[in-house]
Amino acid sequence: MFLPFFYELRRRGVKVGAQEALALAGALKAGLHDSSLDGFYHVARALLVHSETQLDSFDQAFLSHFQGVETAGLELTQELMSWLEEARDRPQLTPEEMALLEALDPEEIRRLFEERLREQKERHDGGNRWIGTGGTSPFGNNGFARGGMRVGGKAGGKQGMAMMQAGARRYAGYRDDLVLDTRQLAVALRKLRAFARDGAPDELDIDESISATARNAGELEVVTRPPRRPNTRVVLAMDVGGSMDPYAAVMSRLFSVASQATHFKELRTYYFHNCVYGKLYATPQLTGGMTVPELVAQVGRHHKLVMVGDASMAPYELAIRTDAEGRYKADGQEGLTWLMQLAQHFERNVWLNPEPMGSWRSGSIAMIAQVFPMFSLTVEGLGEAVAHLTRGRTVKGAAARR
Amino acid sequence: MTPAPPSVRFRGTDSYLTHEGLQAAVNCALTLQRPLLVKGEPGTGKTLLAEAIAQALGHKLLTWHVKSTTRAQDGLYVYDTVQRLYDSRFGDGDVRDIRRYIRMGPLGEAFSAPERVVLLIDEVDKADLEFPNDLLHELDRMRFRVTETNDEVAAKHRPIVVITSNNEKELPDAFLRRCVFHFIDFPDAELMRRIVDVHHPGLDAALADQALKVFYELRGFTRLRKRPSTSELIDWIAVLKAQGVSDLKLDENLPFLGALLKKEQDLVSVAEAFGRGRRTRA
Ligand SMILES: Nc1ncnc2c1ncn2[C@@H]1O[C@H](COP(=O)(O)OP(=O)(O)O)[C@@H](O)[C@H]1O
Ligand SMILES: [Mg+2]
Repeated sequence: MFLPFFYELRRRGVKVGAQEALALAGALKAGLHDSSLDGFYHVARALLVHSETQLDSFDQAFLSHFQGVETAGLELTQELMSWLEEARDRPQLTPEEMALLEALDPEEIRRLFEERLREQKERHDGGNRWIGTGGTSPFGNNGFARGGMRVGGKAGGKQGMAMMQAGARRYAGYRDDLVLDTRQLAVALRKLRAFARDGAPDELDIDESISATARNAGELEVVTRPPRRPNTRVVLAMDVGGSMDPYAAVMSRLFSVASQATHFKELRTYYFHNCVYGKLYATPQLTGGMTVPELVAQVGRHHKLVMVGDASMAPYELAIRTDAEGRYKADGQEGLTWLMQLAQHFERNVWLNPEPMGSWRSGSIAMIAQVFPMFSLTVEGLGEAVAHLTRGRTVKGAAARR
Repeated sequence: MTPAPPSVRFRGTDSYLTHEGLQAAVNCALTLQRPLLVKGEPGTGKTLLAEAIAQALGHKLLTWHVKSTTRAQDGLYVYDTVQRLYDSRFGDGDVRDIRRYIRMGPLGEAFSAPERVVLLIDEVDKADLEFPNDLLHELDRMRFRVTETNDEVAAKHRPIVVITSNNEKELPDAFLRRCVFHFIDFPDAELMRRIVDVHHPGLDAALADQALKVFYELRGFTRLRKRPSTSELIDWIAVLKAQGVSDLKLDENLPFLGALLKKEQDLVSVAEAFGRGRRTRA
């Protein structure tokens, strides 16, 4: 049975279980794989993988599991051929197999594998006993590796396609375990979504209709209202230049994805370097954009302001005085004051900081944390930040910026 | 409910080109009677797939286009209270007959259809996070009750369900586990050549070669905000044909670039990157 292949998948993080096993068994019983390895590859992939992020792991598992075929230069073993043909006739997993599949964790699977491997090496008989099956097992790397099993010579032709495709590792770029966990961050961000009633009044307001009708002495009065529409508006401002660049890249991608996925009404993205000196720039190269006074004049206080930065600089940098264009001016406004102006305008604001929280109690970080509620740039921190941004309105000034 | 139809295999149609991976996924979905979830870049033929399946198997296609405000309930039926209220006010028709005001949604229509249909649930990721799970519930049960009339609508034939997602938003695990999954790769040059042939039969081979070459060069240009997709290529070739263009090179004089690139900014980047140092026309 294909249990060992399942274990290989599980070891590589593709969470296949009984549901997948049943589906695959059903498909093989119906002969959807056309008794070919190529067919098996496509059918198994369609049923065992649920996301493009797992396609690469699937390919790797497939490769390593069917290694014997690959290294023999696209040959197919007699054993595998007959298994694929027989799969039609005996596709069901035994209840014990199913139970095993559900119960085992990857560590245990590895241990069992090694155990069986030793056992098979000792037996020298071509390995027809895999975990719990008691029948002939066609799968397992070692099954192919032993001599005397292979049908040499015949180039697999079409049969080799699956191995070639799996070997191409085309889906490596879709893996999700490479960057900091952006998927989870993205999920946290989606909670930013809010609604407001907006547009033409074409939705029936039942409560209002009833009270209006009652007020109307029973004469029917239909009241309609505008439908609920997404109403999330976000201003995202990120520190760039130096160590913050990778974070800025991830955050701007995350927010634009969240914006598309949940239909933000508006997402404005700006950049600054270290501290805001009068101006927020449109590009990471610090060009374009607008001044803080312009932004505050254009954008209402209900936009949610998200600042991203390490807030780490020499304290004097917070005191540099500039005009709104960011030019040094002795009678200009201090960097910290520009930040305060932003914090005061936007009713809901947060500062996300990738620096460890332990370092937040002193220096420029501590000063900026007085101005903005600061959250760490982790899945957890972002979750808290989003909760803070979406919580009900507070009376202005009540929080008093601690 | 009737059992699964005898195993008909889907192999694409004359105008919808597939490869083994996609065919295997469709056939798994047909055989196992599970929803088929297709993901992939825009323009990879996700929406068109449902139409192709319907055509190949000779079934009717019902489309449910999901929007950000769509709820699973909308797919079953809507009770048109406003109409009923107005009718009662202006004395139009028999208001006591609630059934007159129950309108089936696409799911309801698919369940009550006298024969098997293909149901396309397009862009499922547009809706709320709860939507896919709610949907799953209805799809699993294949029946629902109209609470206003206490009528039950049960599927006579389990519809063939094709669900598309634009690859951005995560879908719940339980939902994913129930679906057959396929990720449509962006077509390689060879498949694209065949797709172009389907849409522009008899196209001059030299023009097709050049157009494809430029198209893939553009897609490889990393500074683009939005990479051109299949539909843009097909439109662009249509314009080139109509205008009798026969010679193409990727530079700032590339004809009708606007058909390929939809973002002003991308047009500017391309002009900057591939121009010959001359200032481009505004
Ligand atoms: N496999 C294909 N065979 C033929 N035409 C295709 C194929 N894939 C894409 N196209 C062309 O691309 C266009 C866009 O396809 P569509 O289904 O709308 O993409 P999606 O829903 O993935 O964004 C189609 O109208 C068709 O012209
Ligand atoms: Mg589409």
